[in-house]
Amino acid sequence: MSLFIIALLPFLGALLPGLMIRAGRQACFTATFLVTALASVGLLTHLPAILRGETISARLDWMPGLGLNVNLFLDPLGFMFAALILGIGLLIIAYARHYLSRDDNMGEFFSYLLLFQGAMVGIVLSDNILLLLIFWELTSLSSFLLIGFWKHLPEGRQGARMALAVTGMGGLALIGGMLLLGNIVGSYDLTVILENRDVVQASPLYVPALLLILLGCFTKSAQFPFHFWLPHAMAAPTPVSAYLHSATMVKAGLFLMARLWPVLSGTPEWIYIVSSAGLLTMVIGAFIAIFKHDLKALLAFSTVSHLGLITFLLGTGTAFGAMAAVFHILNHASFKAALFMSAGIVDHEAHTRDMRRLGGLRKLMPVTFVIVLLAGLSMAGIPLLNGFISKEMMLEEATHTTLFGAPMLVTVVATVGALFSAAYSFRLIAHTFFGPERDEYPAHPHDPNPGMWLPPALLIIPVVVIGLFPALAEPFVKLVTGAVIGSAAEMPDAHLKIWHGLNLPLFMSAIAVLGGAVLLALFAPLSRIWEAAPRPEAKDIFDRLIAACVRGARLFARGLHDGSFTRYAAIMVVTVVAIGAHAWFSGTTGAEIRRPLLPVTPIAIAAWAMLIIAAGFLVAVHRNRLAVLILMGIIGLMVSVGFNHFSAPDLALTQISVEVVTIILLLLALNFLPNRTPVESGALRRARDAVIALAGGAAATALCWTILSTEFPIAPISDYHLANSYKGGGGDNVVNVILVDFRGFDTFGEIIVLGIAALVIYALTEALLSGPVRRRLLNRGFEEAQAGDAHPLMMVVLTRVMMPVILMVGVYIFLRGHNDPGGGFVAGLVVAIAVVTQYMASGFAWAARRQRYPYHGIIGAGVFVAGLTGIGAWFAGQPFLTSAFGYFRIPPMEEFELATAMGFDLGVFLAVVGAVMLSLESFSRLGYRAGTETSDHAMDIDPSRDEELTPTVGAQGKVI
Amino acid sequence: MEFLIATAVGALTAAGIYLVLRLRTFPVIIGTSLLSYAVNVFLFASGRLALNAPPVLRDGAERYTDPLPQALVLTAIVISFGMTAVVVMIALGSWLSADDDLVDRPAVPESDARRPSLPEGDA
Repeated sequence: MSLFIIALLPFLGALLPGLMIRAGRQACFTATFLVTALASVGLLTHLPAILRGETISARLDWMPGLGLNVNLFLDPLGFMFAALILGIGLLIIAYARHYLSRDDNMGEFFSYLLLFQGAMVGIVLSDNILLLLIFWELTSLSSFLLIGFWKHLPEGRQGARMALAVTGMGGLALIGGMLLLGNIVGSYDLTVILENRDVVQASPLYVPALLLILLGCFTKSAQFPFHFWLPHAMAAPTPVSAYLHSATMVKAGLFLMARLWPVLSGTPEWIYIVSSAGLLTMVIGAFIAIFKHDLKALLAFSTVSHLGLITFLLGTGTAFGAMAAVFHILNHASFKAALFMSAGIVDHEAHTRDMRRLGGLRKLMPVTFVIVLLAGLSMAGIPLLNGFISKEMMLEEATHTTLFGAPMLVTVVATVGALFSAAYSFRLIAHTFFGPERDEYPAHPHDPNPGMWLPPALLIIPVVVIGLFPALAEPFVKLVTGAVIGSAAEMPDAHLKIWHGLNLPLFMSAIAVLGGAVLLALFAPLSRIWEAAPRPEAKDIFDRLIAACVRGARLFARGLHDGSFTRYAAIMVVTVVAIGAHAWFSGTTGAEIRRPLLPVTPIAIAAWAMLIIAAGFLVAVHRNRLAVLILMGIIGLMVSVGFNHFSAPDLALTQISVEVVTIILLLLALNFLPNRTPVESGALRRARDAVIALAGGAAATALCWTILSTEFPIAPISDYHLANSYKGGGGDNVVNVILVDFRGFDTFGEIIVLGIAALVIYALTEALLSGPVRRRLLNRGFEEAQAGDAHPLMMVVLTRVMMPVILMVGVYIFLRGHNDPGGGFVAGLVVAIAVVTQYMASGFAWAARRQRYPYHGIIGAGVFVAGLTGIGAWFAGQPFLTSAFGYFRIPPMEEFELATAMGFDLGVFLAVVGAVMLSLESFSRLGYRAGTETSDHAMDIDPSRDEELTPTVGAQGKVI
Repeated sequence: MEFLIATAVGALTAAGIYLVLRLRTFPVIIGTSLLSYAVNVFLFASGRLALNAPPVLRDGAERYTDPLPQALVLTAIVISFGMTAVVVMIALGSWLSADDDLVDRPAVPESDARRPSLPEGDA
C-alpha cells in the first residue's frame, strides 16, 4: 500500500465515526477499528522490504519553491513507530469501545482519536522536516481535543489547555530549530539532512538549532522542567492516557531525537544537555511517582521517569545507548499501555483510582491482577520480563558514562532512579491488589468483560516472551538501531541477553530491587514526611505565569484599544505622517531625473479651483449633510473629468457611474439618518484635528509632487502589457485586457469581494428588519412634508423612455470594451443605473413586483460565468483564465472578434449589476413598509384612469 | 499641471482626514470617500500624467500612457463603492437599532470588565 494512503487513511477515516455513530455505537466502533486495521495491514505489506533493509519512499511536490514537499519514507525506525502507533491504536480502540459510557459521544471521541493517529503516523513517516512540523502541530491540536474530551470536567479543560500551551510553545521553538537546520544544510529533506552531520555540527548555527529542537522534543516528551503538563493531562479518559502516554504523543519527542540522532548527537552540547535532562527527569519523575495515590497519577509520573530514561540513553551519544533506547521504547510501550488500561479497568469497576481506598483486589479481579503484576514487575525491572533487559542495558550504559568529570555520578544517579522505579512499581501492585479485602469500595469490583481486559492481556504477551527470549527481538532491534545511528556510528556487537554474568549492572539492579522493597516497607512514614514537606506545585506556577501574561496583554491592549475610533484614526494618521517624514528626511534615493512638466491651461485651473473650493466648502458646511452630498458630486465630477483629461477614459466612465450610484446610496441613507451633524467637539479639538489633517494633506501633496515631477526610478512593467495586449489578449484597450486577462485572477477575486459586500448588506438588512427596528421604522413619522405626487408622471414617462436607450448604451459599452474604452465594470454600472431609475420613478413595490431574477442569483451567475470561463482554459490544457480569441465573419456584417475574455467580462458585468442592485434594493427595503397599501400603477396620477385616487393615500409609504 | 494634481490630492486628503476625525458616522463615511478619491487619483498619477495618449492601441499612435495603474484604480473605484455601501449599512443599523451614530464606544473602565481573567474563568 502506498505510504500516502497509510498516512491519509486515519485522516479520511476521522470523518467516519462522526457519521457512523448515527448507526449505533457498534457501527461507529467497527468503522474506526477497520480504518486503523486497514492502515496497519498497509504498513505490514512493507515489512518484508523493511526486513531486507530497503527504504520505501513516496514523493509528491507540494510547494517546491519553499522546499515543502509531501515526501514520505519508511525505514525501520519509522516502521517501528508506525507499528506501535497503529498496533496499540487498535487495542486502544477495542478497549475504548467498552470503556466509554453511554453518556460519552463515541463518534466525537473516535474522530479525534483517528485525527491524532493520522498526525502521529504523519510525523514518523515524514521525509520533509516542514511536513513533519505540520504533523507535529497537528498532534498538539488533536491531543488538546482528546485530553479535554470530558468538557464538563474543569480538570479536563485545564489539563488540555496546559498541554496545548506547553507543547504548542515547544512546537514554535521546534519550527525555529528546524528552519535553522534546513537552512544550514540547504535542504528540508530529512534524508539529505541526515547525511550532512559534519556540515551541521561545524555550523555556527548548530547550537541555536540544537537548543530550539531540543526545546520542542523536551516539551513534547515531558522532560524536566516541562514535565508538569503530562500528569495534568491524566484528566483525559483512560484510553486517551494509555494511547498518548505509552506509544504516541510523548514518544514523538523521543522519535525526533532518535531521528535526528545522526546529525545532532555526539557533541558535548548534546551529551550534556540531553543526558543530564534525561537523568534528572528519570529520578525526579520516579521519586514523585512513589507518593502519588491516584493510579493514573502514579503511572503518569512513572511515564515521565521512563521518558527521562530513554532521553538519557539517546543523550549518551553512543551506539549502545541508541540500541538500549530503541529497545526500551518498545518495552515501555507494551507494559505502560497495559498498565494504563488496567488502571482504567480498576477505575471502571471499583469507581475509584485512589490507592488509599483500594487494596485486596487480588481475589476479586484475578485477571486484572495478573496483567498488572506482570506489567508492573516488568516496569520494576524484574528478571524474565522485558523491562529487566532494557533496564540492565541502561545501567550498563550508565557505568560507561561520565558527566561533569565525576566518575561514579551517573552510575549512582541511575541506580537511584532504578530504585525509585522499583519502589513505585511495587507500591502500585501491593497497594492495589494485596492486603486485606475491603468492604467499603465505592462499587463492588470484579473483572470486566473480555472486551476490556483482552487488549492489555495481549500486550502482556510481548512483555513475557521478550523477557524470556530476548534473542527473538534482537534482529529487529538491531535493524531499528541501524536506522537510528545511520552512518554516524558502528553497530554495537552486544547482544540482548538475560544473563551477562556477575557484572556491575546486575549488582546495581539488585540494589535497586532490594532498595525498592525497603522503600515500600517504609512507605507510611516516608509518605507523612512527603505530605508535610513544602514543595513547589508546577500547576500554580504555570497558572501564575499565564495570569501574568494575560494581565500584561490586557494592559497593553486596553491601553491602545479603548474603543475610540477617532483616536485610532488620529494615531494612524500621525504615525504614517511621522514615519513618512522620517523616511523623507533621512532616506536617500537614486539620481532624480526631472520630468518635463505639462503646461497649465485655464480650463485645468478652473477644474482644479472647483475641486479645491468644493473640498473646502465641504469641510466648512459638513454639518449640513445634504449640502455635503452635492459638494461630493462636484468633487466626483471633477475627478472624472480629470481622469478623462489625462488619458484615462475607462477610469472617467467608471468614476462617473460609480458617482451616480454612490450619491443615490447616500441619499437613501440620509432618508433615515439625521440631516444635520451636531456640534460636539470644542474649538481646541477641532484645531488639533485641523493640524493633523493639514499635516496629512501636506505630506500627500509633497509625495505626489515628488513622484509626478520625476521620472520612473526603474522602468515600469507597462511596456510588456502594451506590447502583448493585442498579441496575447486580442484586445486594443490595454486597461480592459489587463482586467480580464493579464490580471484576470485579481479581477475574479474583486467581483467576489463585491458580491460578498452586497450579500453582507442584504444580510444586515434582513437582521434589522426581523428585529425591533422594524416596528420603529413602521412608526416613524416624516420629518418633512411629503410630496403629494411621489411618483410623478413626467419622471415615470421619462425613465420608461430612457430605459431601453440606457440599456442599449450599456450593451454597447460592454461590447466595445475589449478594444475601446468600456467593459464589464462600466456596463454593469450603467445598466444598474437604468434599473434604479425605475425604482425611483415608480416606487419599490412596483419595481419589485416586476423583478424576475433575484439579485443574489445575478451575483452568483456572474461569479459562476467568470469562473467557468477561467476553467474553460483547462480543457485546452492551459492554466486558469488563459484567454483565446479569433476573428469571425457572418456575411452581412463586418468582420468581428470573439474572445473568451468576453465571457469573463460578462461575469464581471453580471456581478456588478447584481451587487449594485442588491445594495441599493436592501437600502430601499428599509423604507418600504410591507403591508402598506400601495398602488400597482406606475404613477400616481394618470389622466386615463377612471377611479379617483386620493393622492395622500397613494403617496404614503412610498419613499422611493 | 503636475502641481495642480499634487495639491488636489493634498486637499482631498486633508479634508478626508479632518472628516474622519469627526465623532458621527456620516462625516466619517464622507471622509473615507474623500480619502478614496485622493488615493485613487494618487495611484493613477503614479503612472505619470500624459495628455492625449490613452492606452488604447491605435495605428500610428507613438506613445501611450501607463495602463497598469489605470486598471488597478478601476477596480479600486468599484470596490470602494462596495466598501462605502457596507459601512453606510452598518452606520444605518446602529442608528436604527440604538439611536446612536457616534463612532466612539465609551471607554470600558477596568473594573467593569465583564470577562474574568483567563485562568480562573474556566467557564
